[in-house]
Amino acid sequence: MIIKTDNNKAWWLVLPVFLLVAFSAIIPLMTVVNYSVQDIFDQNNAYFVGADWYREVLRDPRLHDSLLRQFIYSFSVLAIEIPLGIGVALMMPTKGRMGSLCLILLAIPLLIPWNVVGTIWQIFGRADIGLFGWTLNALGVDYNYASNTGDAWATVLLMDVWHWTSLVALLCYSGLRAIPEAFYQAAEIDRASKWAVFRYIQLPRLKSVLVIGILLRFMDSFMIYTEPFVLTGGGPGNSTTFLSQTLTKMAIGQFDLGPAAAFSLIYFLIVLLVSWLFFTTITYMDKAK
Amino acid sequence: MAEIHLKSLAHSYSAKPSGPADYAIREMNHVWHQGGAYALLGPSGCGKSTLLNIISGLLAPSEGEVLFDNVRVNELSPKDRNIAQVFQFPVIYDSMTVFDNLAFPLRNAKVPEPKVRAKVNEVAEILELHPVLHNKAKNLTADEKQKVSMGRGLVRDDVSAILFDEPLTVIDPHLKWKLRRKLKQIHEQFNITMVYVTHDQLEASTFADKIAVMYGGQIVQFGTPRELFESPNHTFVGFFIGSPGMNLMEVRRCEGGVAFNGFKVALSDELNEHLALVPSDNLKIGIRPEFVHIWDGPTDDAFEVQVKHTEDLGTYKIVTFELGEQTLKARLDEDREVPNGRAHVSFPQQWLKLYVDEFLVEEQAR
Repeated sequence: MIIKTDNNKAWWLVLPVFLLVAFSAIIPLMTVVNYSVQDIFDQNNAYFVGADWYREVLRDPRLHDSLLRQFIYSFSVLAIEIPLGIGVALMMPTKGRMGSLCLILLAIPLLIPWNVVGTIWQIFGRADIGLFGWTLNALGVDYNYASNTGDAWATVLLMDVWHWTSLVALLCYSGLRAIPEAFYQAAEIDRASKWAVFRYIQLPRLKSVLVIGILLRFMDSFMIYTEPFVLTGGGPGNSTTFLSQTLTKMAIGQFDLGPAAAFSLIYFLIVLLVSWLFFTTITYMDKAK
Repeated sequence: MAEIHLKSLAHSYSAKPSGPADYAIREMNHVWHQGGAYALLGPSGCGKSTLLNIISGLLAPSEGEVLFDNVRVNELSPKDRNIAQVFQFPVIYDSMTVFDNLAFPLRNAKVPEPKVRAKVNEVAEILELHPVLHNKAKNLTADEKQKVSMGRGLVRDDVSAILFDEPLTVIDPHLKWKLRRKLKQIHEQFNITMVYVTHDQLEASTFADKIAVMYGGQIVQFGTPRELFESPNHTFVGFFIGSPGMNLMEVRRCEGGVAFNGFKVALSDELNEHLALVPSDNLKIGIRPEFVHIWDGPTDDAFEVQVKHTEDLGTYKIVTFELGEQTLKARLDEDREVPNGRAHVSFPQQWLKLYVDEFLVEEQAR
């Protein structure tokens, strides 16, 4: 049998995909790369500046502050939403009309556009006319997200928890439904406590959906822009100004395209790096005996 | 350790059962004595697993009582009944090692760690799980997984009973035999009540001292393998036990006995008297293929039959023949000559069983 290797016309079939990826991802990204290493005044005046923009951006205290805020925010979001989502999924009825009703109720926040969510909480939390803010103040809590940093953070976090815990809960719910009844029966025979059932049966079998849930929630919360922008506008001061907002100010507000492009690439690499680290650690732990 | 008594027990999966067809378990009374090795034998869907789950407490019976040592346990969970059960398909906790899997039921009951270690090692020794004892359980083969599953039942030596729900289905044939021997040894060593569900009569008779045959949600006979073979008290037991099953013929009454297709079979006086008293016309006679007598030539009471074919199974032969329109089988020793074409057979009276409405008519005098 002779295998012909010199006639691989089939590769041409890959061309459309290649073109699509090139135009949708690689070329736009290259444009950003292009901006990040040059100082461009107009079409005919562009000077190569090497890593200057990167050096400038990395020394910029605004970037440091918002990066730190961003990490605190993303980890707080994960720390609240993941356990809460698991808890909600565990408490949901498994069958009947109540089960369907819960699924619908949980899905509703996921269907609301970001800036609508921002507006809802912007009004809901207002101390003078908002139901939430007014009630808190009436109860004697001094609450004002527009002037108090702590309150602003609490409100932004609460808004995210309200918007996205459902996603984690729905993922976990589907994961829990996939556990065969025999495991619960065996655990009952083995006299396992509720905690042991959770720790040794449910949690290990939720692992794959939780990996997806954590990755999605990390990436989304790390890139969050619209909701805090609508709710607090980044304030009071810069206290709720996250990375993407700093970037927007730089690129559109000040039109510093060079540093903004360098910033974007660093931003992109951080998301990629953290996600990769997380995913690799989990899969590595899985393979270990 | 306990004696398990099922009292007027019945179970239906529907909330409002309207007739006998709605019952997975029809009303039954049964006692599993402390320390016995029992098999629960029956075809798929006869209610074996349902009955097992009711005993273990995974399922609450809709009617009747389950008593452990005369104490009602209907409302108790499997945990409080202190019962072990091994399922048909292996259930392992795959985030744990084999050791932790085996230790799990003991640790849940807060057994001190030195005792856990001793007990787990003992069971791992018996089940030959030592080489993989510290491996993650999820990388095991199907055989090993089922051994781990069984091991979790066996580590608890204080249990009321261990229930096995067709535990060897996924196991290789040569290992099956070995594991069955092991279970038997463990039974002899610890004297724990064991109930073993299976649809394989060979498996049932090698494991159990006494077999309960289940059919249509009822235990139709409870006896030693020999009793089931020699005097099956339901046509189903006759048909299900033995290889091949019992020859069963529909018959009608006639002078001095019963008849089918114009052939008359004489019955003892006692059976004839009994037959005169019962109103039912659902009559059958049955005889095991092993007990059909084949003569070398014509005799007074032998029927002349047409031999259809013979199967030689190496250690014995099965002869299929026709008597009128009835197809019957006989089992012959390997060295017996099989007659060609025409043969003469008779049915020895002491092995001929009479069934009215599918149930055996007992003869007291025997």
